[in-house]
Amino acid sequence: QSETLDNIAPAIYEKVKDRQVLSTELDDDVVDGFDSREVFDLIRSINDPEHPNSLEELNVLREDHVYVDDKTNEIKVLFTPTIPHCSMATLIGLSIRVRLLRSVPQRFKVEVAIFPKSHASEEAVNKQLADKERVAAALENPHLLEAVNGCLKTIA
Amino acid sequence: TELITCTHTLKGHTARVWDAKWNPTGTLLATCSADKTIRIWGQGENNNWICKSVLSGHHERTIRSVAWSPCGLFLAAGSFDSTTSIWDRTDGEFECIATLEGHNNEVKCVAWSSSGQLLATCSRDKSVWIWEVLDDEGEYECLMVLGTHKQDVKSVAWHPTEEILASSSYDDTINIYRDDPHDWLCDDTLTGHASTVWDVAFDKTGDRLASCGADKSLKIWTRYRPGNPEGIQMKGAASKWKCTCTLSGYHTKEIYSISWSNDGYILTGDGSNTIHIFVETPTSTLNEGSFELVATKKDGHLDDINGANWSPLGDKTFVTASDDCFAKIWKLNT
Repeated sequence: QSETLDNIAPAIYEKVKDRQVLSTELDDDVVDGFDSREVFDLIRSINDPEHPNSLEELNVLREDHVYVDDKTNEIKVLFTPTIPHCSMATLIGLSIRVRLLRSVPQRFKVEVAIFPKSHASEEAVNKQLADKERVAAALENPHLLEAVNGCLKTIA
Repeated sequence: TELITCTHTLKGHTARVWDAKWNPTGTLLATCSADKTIRIWGQGENNNWICKSVLSGHHERTIRSVAWSPCGLFLAAGSFDSTTSIWDRTDGEFECIATLEGHNNEVKCVAWSSSGQLLATCSRDKSVWIWEVLDDEGEYECLMVLGTHKQDVKSVAWHPTEEILASSSYDDTINIYRDDPHDWLCDDTLTGHASTVWDVAFDKTGDRLASCGADKSLKIWTRYRPGNPEGIQMKGAASKWKCTCTLSGYHTKEIYSISWSNDGYILTGDGSNTIHIFVETPTSTLNEGSFELVATKKDGHLDDINGANWSPLGDKTFVTASDDCFAKIWKLNT
């Protein structure tokens, strides 16, 4: 099976420590905003479609590539495929998008895109991930939905 | 007072609403949704808009687009299940009289020609199909498969009087087709948008076309016929379309829907939950268009606006369809 993998031996990176819960977050009188770490925590344990590793362990997702503007209701996630010709880039992006669609408040506009210059088909993949009609149709396709849910089953 | 006010909220769909269309007399609305149903709305007592029928159990996937025939007796619906259904309301109740099969995957848009004799459908399979209505019992024949787009075809719109069709695509272009009359020809391919062209709409005369897309801009195209005084060259009986106005900087997200009213107002619905209305300025010409913003409604919905259409009554009423599961009826107060 290993011959069919795009990247046979990807580098494994260290995971970030668990988020420290601040005392103000437990205080109901303090408004608790949405930040990049919170969004990162929602997606970092998504499994890679080809390896038994999380997207965080493969450095596909990094906390400093997650941007959240709580005031303008915008979330932007840039992901970095392990190799520039990774054929799974669209599926990875779709999994991140679906995870966020299912877990962040409706007020947020979510953008998922490839980290600049990290993939050969960056523009085409980004266009596809930004097209909500294609994303909606993909999720009604049983095979694609199964693949996406496979990546999301490792979510803690 | 606000320029744009919501008069009615149509609640009932249980998933995103993709499209909302008025019947030709402006007395009924059809909406369609990812919940796989079509809802028909009309006025009840106290002028309230209520759901009159739910058409369900027919399509297996999202219903993306609906269109009323010009006589108002038929409704076409295009679905992600790759088929188009035709509904007949002659006997009061809506009855499905035909299912048009042929597209390889999702149907994105359906539109009737002004005569009601032709129906256009388009799909992610990159093609536009033109169907002829053979009778009122549900007999349809495919006249032509137009495969000139390189990617998904997002939208189709017929000229208001002639057998001319415009289609817009994920390939960033718009195609214009004409019945030649024994063959359908692609007269022109309109380039200029920097990304997916989500929607197109003709003005009342059919001499201009408005388009909008993922590049957050709106473009106005003018038609030039053979022998035009401006000296624009074309082949044979073809007509040529040129971009004569671009409106950018108004929208902050993709523009999903555009509608041009008979009294000249251009309405858009976009991915930032916002409604924009533009009108032509007094100095505007066919060769050099000039349009100004009349009104904006921010947060008109809680989520993306997928469809926006003027009522045919010309009373400055319009409808919007949104990802927030609602459709809303609005009034422009001028």
